[in-house]
Amino acid sequence: MDSLSEGVLYLVKGEFGEKRIRVLTVLAERKRCIMSELAEFNKLIYAMDQVEARALAERHSSEIGPLGFMEKIVGPTLEKIGEDWECGDASLSQVFMAGKITEKIIDDLFEHQKPLSVDSGRVAICVLEDHHFLGKRIVYSHLRACGVEALDYGRREAHQLADLVVDDEIEILLISALMLPSALAVKRVRNNFNDRGIKTKIVVGGAPFNMDSRLWTEVGADAMGANAAEAMSIILELAGDLQ
Amino acid sequence: MTQMTSMQRVLTALGHQEPDRVPFFLLLSMHGAKELGLTLKDYYSNAENIVEGQLRLRKKYQHDNIYAFFYAAIETEAWGGEAIFIEDGPPNAGAPIIKKPEDITALSPPEVASSEKLQVVLEAIEKLKEKVGDEAPIIGVAISPFSLPVMQIGFEGYLNLIIERPEMFEQLMKINQKFSVDWANAQLRAGATAICYFDPVSSPTIITPEMYSTTGFKIASAALPQINGPTATHMASGRCLPIIDKLIETGTEMVGVSTLEDLAEIKKRAAGKVTVFGNLNGVEMRRWTEDEAAARVREAIDAAAAGGGFILSDNHGEIPFQVPDDVLTAISETARDYGRYTD
Repeated sequence: MDSLSEGVLYLVKGEFGEKRIRVLTVLAERKRCIMSELAEFNKLIYAMDQVEARALAERHSSEIGPLGFMEKIVGPTLEKIGEDWECGDASLSQVFMAGKITEKIIDDLFEHQKPLSVDSGRVAICVLEDHHFLGKRIVYSHLRACGVEALDYGRREAHQLADLVVDDEIEILLISALMLPSALAVKRVRNNFNDRGIKTKIVVGGAPFNMDSRLWTEVGADAMGANAAEAMSIILELAGDLQ
Repeated sequence: MTQMTSMQRVLTALGHQEPDRVPFFLLLSMHGAKELGLTLKDYYSNAENIVEGQLRLRKKYQHDNIYAFFYAAIETEAWGGEAIFIEDGPPNAGAPIIKKPEDITALSPPEVASSEKLQVVLEAIEKLKEKVGDEAPIIGVAISPFSLPVMQIGFEGYLNLIIERPEMFEQLMKINQKFSVDWANAQLRAGATAICYFDPVSSPTIITPEMYSTTGFKIASAALPQINGPTATHMASGRCLPIIDKLIETGTEMVGVSTLEDLAEIKKRAAGKVTVFGNLNGVEMRRWTEDEAAARVREAIDAAAAGGGFILSDNHGEIPFQVPDDVLTAISETARDYGRYTD
């Protein structure tokens, strides 16, 4: 529950004392502050302004803590830029830089304490059978900036993945594909998993899947993320199901 | 109206007039290998294969172009890089030839005449020209100086270069521009009618319109006037609507548009200024029924054909290897029938 919701709850419960009203006022002000910082951080990220984004992060995280900054500012910013990219209102260069800048900021904010990893299950990510790594890099950065540590398998052939996910006890495998043949190769990964009774969930993403909304089901994936933010949401959803 | 040749049809459309019917380009490259029963690697190793493949495809589908495109990574081969062939799709570019930005200092553009691979392309164009003469346009391809680095340095490295190392980026653009212009002009000299200037990095899908104004736009504005023939700027599935006015300003004659955008809106913005070509979804095409293919062709024609200035084609600049013959036939039949401007 966020601060404002807590305040509303006091009201609903009829707990109106003067002290409560003062608390409410403070909480509402804090919420306004966060919204304002979020808008400012968004602006800096869209402008790819690393220096000012970092300055804002240092300033604001001292108030709400690194975890608060990650959850309340970085997560929503990356979600928005991902959605904007999907509908043509942001460019891939902005998405890439957003992931890169925020990943570095989060790494630095958590420098002296182990990052609190989101409960995401064991996640791995790979490029399947092609040589285009940007999509994987964007998703990987996004996940790290949001507290998910994925195992990076780099580039892999379809036949290699079953052994890897078994050995590493991977629950969710993210596959990035730029070329159509690579996207179609996901079917071979799925068949290999089925043949060996591997229950690892497969989440796909990349241009061919964005161009054909039916392709992910055709190749037997469990889900498709149209952008990195969607991949993050899917991970959390699948992790919940797995539990 | 008397039936036109493909060349007359295309030129009329480019002049923003209505020809006898909507011209349609099938940008088929790999399907030639299927026709000849060859692997892709073998098919592209020999100019005669390309000539035979293209002629067979045109006879089969009666489209209005010859496509002299081999595969994008052939340009990196000219730079000393590698093309990695697969069975069912275009070869990937191998490891980047530029490992770090400082490598650009020692880089120089390859001579077209010194590249065995590029010479095969030129030989194919010459032979195709001998066969088709002026009956149909032969479309050559050059990757833009601005988009070539995705294969030279890798996509991530390239975005970092543009954003963080502007001085090295500028140097690379100068080097690439010489090669791209030389390569395009060599194809025109060999007999290509027009050059498809592939520039996907300029798309707002990849960079912001503001970045385009200071990068891809400037580079295209400098390169295109040096190319001695008409050009078609293609975003390879990327969007173009937010920069359409700037694209027109570069002097390009055609713009290849994405299936992700409203074709009617693009045509409205482009009418009388630049010819629009597109925008059938190549990835979906793979699984279309014949009825779906016909429906998509009719939709595109309804959206953009009025008044000329429109060529029907796919939205990527290359039809995937997996697209079956019956879908291509349905596209062709619908384009030739439904696409008639006059009865």
